[in-house]
Amino acid sequence: MEKGHNNTTTKRYGMVIDLDKCTGCGSCMVACMQENNVPFKKDETDKIKSITWLRVYKLNNGKPYPDTEICYLPRPCQHCSGVGDHGHSPCVSVCPATATDYGMDTGIVSQIYTRCFGCRYCMAACPYHVRYFNWWDPVWPKGMEKSLSPNVSVRMRGVVEKCSFCFHRYQLAMDRAFFEGRKEIEEHEYQTACTQACPSKSITFGDLNNPKHAVYELKQSPNAFRLLERLHTNTKVYYVSSKEWVRMAGDNYLKDEHKEMARAKG
Amino acid sequence: MSASEEKAKEVSAEAAGHGADTSKEQNTTGIVFIFFVVGLAASLLAGWIVFPKVLYSQKQQPFDFNHQSHMEMVDNGCQSCHFFREDGTFSGAPKLAQCIDCHEYVQGGSEDETIFVEQYVANYHEVPWLIYAKQPPCVFFSHAAHVNGAGMDCGTCHGDIGNSTSLPVYEYNVITSYSRNIWGKNIAGFKKNTWDRMKMDDCSECHQKNDVKQYSVQTEKGACFVCHK
Ligand code: HEC
Ligand code: HEC
Ligand code: HEC
Ligand code: HEC
Ligand code: HEC
Repeated sequence: MEKGHNNTTTKRYGMVIDLDKCTGCGSCMVACMQENNVPFKKDETDKIKSITWLRVYKLNNGKPYPDTEICYLPRPCQHCSGVGDHGHSPCVSVCPATATDYGMDTGIVSQIYTRCFGCRYCMAACPYHVRYFNWWDPVWPKGMEKSLSPNVSVRMRGVVEKCSFCFHRYQLAMDRAFFEGRKEIEEHEYQTACTQACPSKSITFGDLNNPKHAVYELKQSPNAFRLLERLHTNTKVYYVSSKEWVRMAGDNYLKDEHKEMARAKG
Repeated sequence: MSASEEKAKEVSAEAAGHGADTSKEQNTTGIVFIFFVVGLAASLLAGWIVFPKVLYSQKQQPFDFNHQSHMEMVDNGCQSCHFFREDGTFSGAPKLAQCIDCHEYVQGGSEDETIFVEQYVANYHEVPWLIYAKQPPCVFFSHAAHVNGAGMDCGTCHGDIGNSTSLPVYEYNVITSYSRNIWGKNIAGFKKNTWDRMKMDDCSECHQKNDVKQYSVQTEKGACFVCHK
C-alpha cells in the first residue's frame, strides 16, 4: 500500500472574488443553498435566524448623492488558517467538541454536524459571521426532500453549520482521480457551486499554493485585500476591488487611521 | 425453681442461642451466595443474550441470493454486478439492469427466483436490497480509493460474502437503525478479522497504519473531512 502522506503536496484551497465584476445578482447564494441542502423557512424576513452559507452584503461609501457608490460583497466561510498556517482558526481553537477541524492537506475548515452539540462558541469566535445555528429541524416543502443532495449530510436542529467550500466536490473529484489511477486532481475538477454559478465570473477558486491555478496570480493583484486582515486570521478568501473605499472597508479602520493605513499599504 | 436450676437453664439457653446463631449465619451466607450466583447469571444472561436481542432487530432481504452460483455464470466476475461508473463512483448493490439479460423469465425452479422475476422484474421495480455495510449518512466512503488506490480486496472489509451461497440475516440497531455490521456481531466489540466491524475506529486504525491523510489540526490524526461530508 502506498503512503498517502508523502506524495501529497499541501494545498490551500481559496477564492479570489473580483468585486468590480460582482453585480449582486445572488446566483451564488441560490446555487449554494441548493448544492448544500441548506434549510430555509417560509418566512425568511428575520435574517438573524436565516441560514446563508454564502451571503452577499451590500456596501456603500456613505456619501450622499451624486457621490454614492455601491459594492456587493459575497461572503463565504473565509477558511482562516492563522499566522504561519498553523490551522488554529478562531472557531477551531474554541470548539470544545472537536466538531470543527482544520485539514492541513486542503486548508479547509470542516464542520461535523453529528459531533456538534450546539454550544455556539464558534459563532461567537468567528469574526466574519459565517456560522449559523439551526434553531429548528429543517422542513422541506413537500416533495423537496427527494431532491436533496446525497453528497452532503442534512443537519438537524441544535447544530452549527457553515460553508465547506463544497468539500463533497473534492471528495467526488478524488474518487474519479483514484479510479483513473491518479492521486492529484486538476484545477477544473474541483470548483465550488458558487464559482460555477456566477454569471459574471467574479469568483475564482483554486489552490492558492499552486502557481498553475488562476487564483495564484489573482491574489497578488495590488488591488487584492482580505477581510479584517489585522486580526491575523490569514483567511483564504481574497477580494479584488479597484476602489479604495472598498479596500478600506475590508478592515475596521478608525476615521483617522485611514490615511495612515492607505500609505502603509501603498 | 432453684437459683442453680435457673442458672443452668440460662446457660443452656445461651448455648442453644449461640448454636442457633451460627447455623443462622451459615444459612444467610448460603442464601447470599445463591442470590449472588443467580443475580450474576441473570445479569450475564441479560447483558449477553437478552440485551443484544432487544437492541438488534432483524429484517428479511426481499429474497435470497446465491453469490457462488452466479459467479459461475457471469463473464466478468464481481464487476458484472458491482462496478465503478465512469466518474469513479461505485455502483454498489446491483440494479435490475444487471440481472435482466438472464432473468426476463424464470430459469430455475427456486422460489427466490420466482419472487424476483414476478414481483420485481415483471413490474420493473428495483429490488430494495438491505445494505449490510451501510454507514450513517454523514460518512463519505470511497471504493475507488481502497480498491483502485490501495489495491485492497473486497474481502478485507466485507468478508467472504462474494463466495457465499445465501445472504446473511440483516440485523439493525433499533435505536440508531444502523446495520449491525458497523458495530459487529460481537456485543463486547471484539474483532478477529478486519471485516468483523467497521466503526470509525476501524477505519482510523487502518488509516493511521497506512498514514492516510493524517492532517487534522485538532487530533493530529485523520482529518474529519476525509471520511465525513
Ligand atoms: C449470467 C446470467 C445471470 C445473471 C446476470 C443473473 N442471474 Fe440470477 N440466476 C441465473 C440462473 C441461470 C439462475 C438459476 C439457477 C438455478 O436455479 O439453478 C439464477 C438464479 C437466481 C435466483 C434464485 C436463487 C439463487 O440465487 O440461485 C435469484 C434470486 C437470482 N438469480 C437473482 C438474480 C439477481 C438479483 C441478479 C442481478 C443482480 C441476477 N440474478 C443476475 C442467471 C443469472
Ligand atoms: C450476479 C450479480 C452479482 C455478482 C456477480 C456478485 N454480486 Fe455481490 N451482490 C449481488 C446482490 C444482488 C447483492 C445483494 C445486495 C445486498 O446485500 O444488499 C450483493 C451483495 C454483495 C455484498 C454485500 C453488500 C452489503 O453490504 O450489503 C458484497 C460485499 C458483495 N456483494 C461482494 C461481491 C463480490 C466480492 C463479488 C465477486 C466475488 C460479487 N459480489 C459478485 C449481486 C452480485
Ligand atoms: C484496511 C485498511 C483500511 C480501512 C479499513 C479503511 N481504509 Fe480508507 N483508505 C485506506 C488506504 C490505504 C487509503 C489510501 C489510498 C491511496 O491514497 O491510495 C484510504 C483512503 C481513503 C479515502 C480517500 C482519501 C483521499 O485521499 O481523498 C477515504 C475517503 C477513506 N479511505 C475512507 C474510509 C472510511 C470511511 C473507512 C471506514 C468505513 C475506511 N476508509 C476504512 C485504507 C483503509
Ligand atoms: C476499505 C474497505 C472496503 C473495501 C476494500 C470494499 N468495500 Fe464495499 N463497502 C465498504 C463500506 C464502508 C461500505 C458502505 C458505504 C456507505 O454506506 O457509504 C461498502 C458498501 C458496499 C456495497 C453496498 C453499497 C450500496 O450502498 O449499495 C457493496 C455492494 C460493496 N461495498 C461491494 C464491494 C466490492 C464488490 C468490493 C471489492 C471490489 C468492495 N466492496 C470493497 C467498505 C469496503
Ligand atoms: C477514517 C475515517 C474517519 C475519520 C478520519 C473521522 N471519522 Fe467520524 N466516523 C467515521 C465512520 C465510518 C463513522 C460511522 C461509524 C461509527 O459510528 O463508528 C463515523 C461516525 C462519526 C460520528 C457519529 C455519527 C453518527 O451518526 O453515528 C461522529 C460524531 C464523528 N464520526 C465525528 C468525527 C470527527 C469530529 C472527526 C474528526 C476529528 C471524525 N469523525 C473523523 C469515519 C471517520
